[in-house]
Amino acid sequence: MIEAVVFAQAGTTPAGRLLVDFLSLGSIYALLAMGFVIIFKATQVLNFAHGALAALGAFLVASFATILQVPGRWMPDAPHWLRWSLSVLAALALATLIGMVLERIVIRPMLGEELFAVAIVTLGLDIVLRTVTNDFIGTQARPLGDPFGTNVWTIEGFTLIPWTIIAQVVTTVVLVGLIALFFRSRLGIAMRATAFDQEAARAQGIDVGRVFSISWGIGAFLAGVAGVFLSLFPRRAAGVDQSTAFFAFAAFPAIILGGLDSVVGAVVGGFAIGLAQALATEFLAGISFLGVGFAGIVPYLLMLAVLLIRPYGLFGSEEIRRV
Amino acid sequence: MTTVDKPPRTELPESKPARRRKGPMLGRPLLRTSYEADMALFPSVTQRVVITLFLLFLVAIPFFAPGTIGESGSLPGPNFLASSDWLRLLVTLGIYAIGALGLNILTGLAGQVSLGHAFFMAVGAYTAAVFGSPPGPLWGLGLPIWVWLPLAGIIPAILGVLIAPTAVRVRGLYLAIVTLGLVFIGEYLWRNLDFITGGSQSGRSFPALEFRFWQEEEPLLTMTESSTWFGVLNMSPTAKTYLFVLVLAVLLTLLAKNLQRTRTGRAFMSIRDRDVAAEVMGVDEFRTKTVAFAISSFYAGIAGALLATFIGRTIPEQWNLLLSVEFIAIILIGGIGTVTGTLLGSAFVIILPRLVEDLTRLGESLVREGGVWATILDPLVSTGTGDWGLVNTSAGVAPGLSVDQLNLVIYGALIIAFLIFEPLGLYGIWLRIRNYWKGWPFTY
Repeated sequence: MIEAVVFAQAGTTPAGRLLVDFLSLGSIYALLAMGFVIIFKATQVLNFAHGALAALGAFLVASFATILQVPGRWMPDAPHWLRWSLSVLAALALATLIGMVLERIVIRPMLGEELFAVAIVTLGLDIVLRTVTNDFIGTQARPLGDPFGTNVWTIEGFTLIPWTIIAQVVTTVVLVGLIALFFRSRLGIAMRATAFDQEAARAQGIDVGRVFSISWGIGAFLAGVAGVFLSLFPRRAAGVDQSTAFFAFAAFPAIILGGLDSVVGAVVGGFAIGLAQALATEFLAGISFLGVGFAGIVPYLLMLAVLLIRPYGLFGSEEIRRV
Repeated sequence: MTTVDKPPRTELPESKPARRRKGPMLGRPLLRTSYEADMALFPSVTQRVVITLFLLFLVAIPFFAPGTIGESGSLPGPNFLASSDWLRLLVTLGIYAIGALGLNILTGLAGQVSLGHAFFMAVGAYTAAVFGSPPGPLWGLGLPIWVWLPLAGIIPAILGVLIAPTAVRVRGLYLAIVTLGLVFIGEYLWRNLDFITGGSQSGRSFPALEFRFWQEEEPLLTMTESSTWFGVLNMSPTAKTYLFVLVLAVLLTLLAKNLQRTRTGRAFMSIRDRDVAAEVMGVDEFRTKTVAFAISSFYAGIAGALLATFIGRTIPEQWNLLLSVEFIAIILIGGIGTVTGTLLGSAFVIILPRLVEDLTRLGESLVREGGVWATILDPLVSTGTGDWGLVNTSAGVAPGLSVDQLNLVIYGALIIAFLIFEPLGLYGIWLRIRNYWKGWPFTY
C-alpha cells in the first residue's frame, strides 16, 4: 500500500516537515506524471508499467553505483561525487535504452490498435517487469550509495536537504524542457501530430515508429529519475526496495488531476497531490477515527472529487461529444 | 387470328405450410429456418450433445476416486482429477469462472474497463461474513446460506449502482484509473474496518457452506464434513463443495450467455461499439452502464463470497490489485466478450500455476538425477543456494524466480502475447481450428 513516508527529523518544526514532505513528494509525483504525460501525449498510450520502469531505473543506479562500480572502477582517483554521478548517468542511459527496446518489442506491434488494448498490454508489461525487477532487488532495500546520504546543509539557521532542492531544480528543468520540446521543436510537433492521428501523421511523412521510440525513451528516463529521488534521503534513505514499483500507482491521481495530456497539468497535479498527502500525513494521522494509512488514499479521494466536477482533469483537453 | 395456346394453367399443389422445425437440422448446422433457431443458446445438435456429455463428465469427476461409490467402487475415468488437491483446484476454477463472467459482462460486453473487480469481490465476501458468520468478536449475524449468498451478490450490485454515476461521467482510460483507485480505497477500508474484516494481522473466518432453514443446530446439508449420500455415495467435503460450485457456475454461465441475446445485452454491446451511435438509436447510456456495473458486481460479489468461504480465512490484503489483474488476464487470454472464452480463460489461468509448479518439480528432480536432461534443464531450474536458474522451488533460498513469481511473469507475458498475436484469445484459436476443419480439405 502506498504510504506517505513521514519525514521526521529531530528538531524540525511541523511547518518544516510539511514543507519537506510537500516538496519532495510533489517533485517525485510531478516527475512521474511528466513521464506518463510525454508517453501519452505522443502515443496515446497509458503506461501502467511506469512504476516498474521507475523501480528498474533506481535499481540500475543502485547496482551501477555500489556493486558494479561502473564506471567508477576504471577511474579510482576521481572523487566520489563524480564517480557516483557518472554511474547515475550510465544507469539512466541503460534505463532509457531498455524503455526503447520494450517499446520496440511490445508496443510497436500494437500501433493503430484500440487505446484500451494498448493500455492493457502495458499492464502485462508492468507485471513482468515488476516481478523480475523485484526478484533482482530481493527482500532487502538496496542503497544507492549517494554522496549526500542523510546529510543536511545548515545555512543561516535554515536546514536544507540537498536532494529535495536538487529534485526541484530537476523538475523545473524537465518541465521547461518538455514545454520547449512540445511547442518549439519539430519532434514535438511530430509527437502531437502522432497523438492526434497516427495514420494522418504517417501520411505527412512523420516517422511514427521513431516518435514512439523517442517518447518511450524519455518516459523511461524520467521514470528512472523519479525512482532515484524516491530512493534517496527525505523519502527512503534505505534505498530502492520492492515497494518502489508500487509507489508510482499513487502518481496516477496526479496525472488524472492535471489531465492526461497536459505537461503543466502534470506538474500542478503532482504538487497538488504531494501537498494533499503531506497535509494528510501531518494533520490527519493522529485522528484515530480515520484509521491507519489514510494519507495513502488521499490522492485517490482527491482524484475522484476532481473527476466528478471535471471529467477530463484540471488541464486536460476536453473531448467534445454531442448526441 | 391465331390464338396462342396458353398452357393450361396448372393448379399449384396446395402448398403445405412450411414445416417449421423448432430444432436445428441435422447435418446443416448453419441453416436456420426460424428466428428462434437463430437466437438459440446452443444452435446445433452437436453442441447440445457435446455440452451435455461435458456436463455429465463434470458431475462425475468427484466419483472417479476409488472408494467414492459403495465400499471401494468408483467410476472409470482419470482419477487424478478426483484427488483432493485437483478437486480443490477445480472448485477455485469454478469460483474464478463466476467472477470472470461478471468482468466479461462489464468489460467484454459493455466495454467499460474495470480494474476494480477485486473491490466488489471483497464487498461480497465481507457481506457474506457479516450475514453468515456466527456472532463473535467480529460482526456476524449467523443467518443461513439462502440469506447470505444472495445478499453477497445484491449488496455489491447496489454498490455498483452507487458508483456507476462516477463511472458514467469519466470515459475510457480515465475510468480504468478511477476503478484502480477503488481497489486502493477498498484496501484501506478493509484494513481499518477491523470489526468486520479482522484486520491485517489475523483476518477473519467466513461462514461455512451449510444449509439450514434458520439457525437450528443440525444443518440439513453440510459441506464441511464427509457424509454418505443415498447410502452408497461417499462424499468428501471438497466433493460436495465442488458439486455446489458447479451448479452455481453452470446456472450463472447460462444467465451470462442468455444476457447476450436480451435487449439489455444488445444495449451493452452497442454502448461498447460506439456510445454516441448507441445513444442516437435510443439506448440510454446512463441506465445501460449502471445496469452493467450492477450485474458485473453481482457476479463479483458471489465469486468473492464463495472464494472467501472456500479458502476459509482471509486477510484484507488478499483483495488487491493483483486479483483484479488476474481477472483481466482471464478474460483477455480466454477471449474478450465471449462466454466460452471466459470459461476457457479461467481454466487456463487456474490450472497453469499448477502445471508450472509440477513441471518445475519434475525439472528439479531430473536435474538432480543427472544425465542429458540435467544438461538441458540446468539453466532453467535452480536446485539450491548458489545454483543459478530461471526458476526454483525453494523461494528465498535459491537464486531465480520462485514458482509464484514465474507464474506472474507468465500471466503478464501471456496478456501481452495474446493482445498482440491473438486478440480473440483462446476462443479465437478455437474458432480457427473449427473453421479449418469445417472447410477441410479446402483451406477456405
